[in-house]
Amino acid sequence: MAVKLEKRPTSLKVLIYAFIVIWLIVAAFPFIWTVWGSFKVELDFFSISDWTNALTGERTKAEYGRPFTTTGYEGAWIENHFWRNSLNTFIICFFVVCTSLTIGTLGGYALSRSSYQYTFWLLVIALIFRAMPPITLVAGYMLPFFEWNIWGILPTTIVVLVAINQPFTLWMLHSFFQNIPKELDESAKVDGCTQFEAFRFVIIPAMWPGVITTGLFSFLLAYNDFAVTSMLLAENNRTMVPAIAAFLGTTYTEGNIMFAVAAVVSTTIPLFLLVMFFQKQIVSGLTAGAVKG
Amino acid sequence: MRHSTFFWFVLPTASAMVLFIAFPIISVLVQSVHAPHPAVLVEVETCTPLVGCTVETTMDQDATKAIREAEPLGRFIGLEIFFDRGHLAVKEVGEIIRNSNSFNEAFSKLSNLPFYRALAFTLTFTFIVTPFVIIFGFLIAITVNAISSHLKGLVIFFSLLPFVVTQLIGALVLFWMIDSRGILGSAVQWLASDPNLSLKASTGVMWVSLIIYGIWHAAPFAFVIFYAGLQTLPQDQIEAAKIDGASRYQQTKYIIIPHLFPLITFVALIQLMDNFRVFEPIVGFNASAHAQSLSWFIFNDLGGETRQLSSAAASSVLTIIGVSILLFPVLFRTWRDFRERT
Repeated sequence: MAVKLEKRPTSLKVLIYAFIVIWLIVAAFPFIWTVWGSFKVELDFFSISDWTNALTGERTKAEYGRPFTTTGYEGAWIENHFWRNSLNTFIICFFVVCTSLTIGTLGGYALSRSSYQYTFWLLVIALIFRAMPPITLVAGYMLPFFEWNIWGILPTTIVVLVAINQPFTLWMLHSFFQNIPKELDESAKVDGCTQFEAFRFVIIPAMWPGVITTGLFSFLLAYNDFAVTSMLLAENNRTMVPAIAAFLGTTYTEGNIMFAVAAVVSTTIPLFLLVMFFQKQIVSGLTAGAVKG
Repeated sequence: MRHSTFFWFVLPTASAMVLFIAFPIISVLVQSVHAPHPAVLVEVETCTPLVGCTVETTMDQDATKAIREAEPLGRFIGLEIFFDRGHLAVKEVGEIIRNSNSFNEAFSKLSNLPFYRALAFTLTFTFIVTPFVIIFGFLIAITVNAISSHLKGLVIFFSLLPFVVTQLIGALVLFWMIDSRGILGSAVQWLASDPNLSLKASTGVMWVSLIIYGIWHAAPFAFVIFYAGLQTLPQDQIEAAKIDGASRYQQTKYIIIPHLFPLITFVALIQLMDNFRVFEPIVGFNASAHAQSLSWFIFNDLGGETRQLSSAAASSVLTIIGVSILLFPVLFRTWRDFRERT
């Protein structure tokens, strides 16, 4: 690539860097703007009179004596108990990631090691399941869950999210396990291990990079879900994303939209850190699926 | 691996998928042909001297509750819900076709029917966003591939944000900017010198904004995939093409794009599936007055005070049929490839 770079004419180089700068602004500016605006009062962030108010914070100064205020955060986290929603989110994410990795590694490993035709059909069925919009499945859950009285609680949602997660997890882990040489567990079996022992003592120590990557995506799915959590959780068990949607419902009338802005920023921070620390894994995870698929 | 070992390894994940993906699909099918029991009515004859007797019809609360609890699924009604005004609207569509003079007239009348309106938006969104995501993803990938390697990590970090962040949050963050009181909204009003121009007032502007959101959200996904593909470019072919005097454009057209082609199909497949379920941006943009998608349509039936489960189930069945039609070419090709290989 470096060789190619030297040969590019200057005009093309300028064009490339201009395009990258524009793309970076498009991708990142909305987030920076929202973080900045979350420390203002509503009339500054959503300014009718003069948009520069959002930069200088005229109204915020008039109200609080300084251009930044944390009222939005206090309103969301303390008054509206957003901490409870975030606790629910982390409980759900923790159990979803653990469960779906446990059952997913077993399944993905078996799919990568069996040479019968039905493995192909199982993967195709998983692909079809992956295509189902989650909300259509939610429509199917409602009546039975009401009847069995398990609607609205965290464990139900965890199990549902694990299941919705499985097709993707299987595909991803299947392609990771295919990259672990079969000879490893074959030789363990020759030495007298059962299939499970081979998996336990030979494969598990070698599988962590793939498992961490898949775990990241399970986490993202559970953390970002809106369709399932907003429909299957009762109000007092809400996670962060449906809670933000609920803020909007009430705040458009009450005028405390800044609570929602603060909640949005708070919810984005963990994702921001995640991308920062696990950028390589996310990129490799996305491409692992593509190279196989 | 022996069948029995395979079975035990796959059992947990398979049962999770059967219980919570396959059964709900069946459950949705069953619900869509049932409707809640109507209220049980009783006729009560009240006789007062001199006035005479009157027969009043009242609802028997207890009996209604009893039968609804005994059979929560309701009574079998066949395909009635599918054909009613809220879904396929067979009667209305028939009338529109008979009474309309032109294609445009019929089309605009059709778009007043809620299901067809949702279907129209969903299809428009899917088939505009998907190609644009591929084009933008490709452009970003080839430019990022060309910049100095010190900057690549930083650029990839910021590029991933729109894709990784919760869809609802991404939609809200954009919406707050292009809202008439937000920074971009005011800028557009100022540029067009029309103080009344607003996202909330115009269906066209709303559709365009939702589509822009869709591209913004998914372009990073396509970018990452194509970028990875570019790392495995066949260098010898490119060298050979250069010696033969191929221009940059020709190299892109005849070497890079064919090399990325399997990845392009992969991105297209994933994007078709994901865009067809478009839903969060409509909630985030508060767009339901102007644009509804099939997923939003189901969500709307499920939520609220009256949970219209049968109606939601019928819409779900129609959506699943839509997904199947969308997936069919891919599955057919996979099946053909598989047969050729074995």
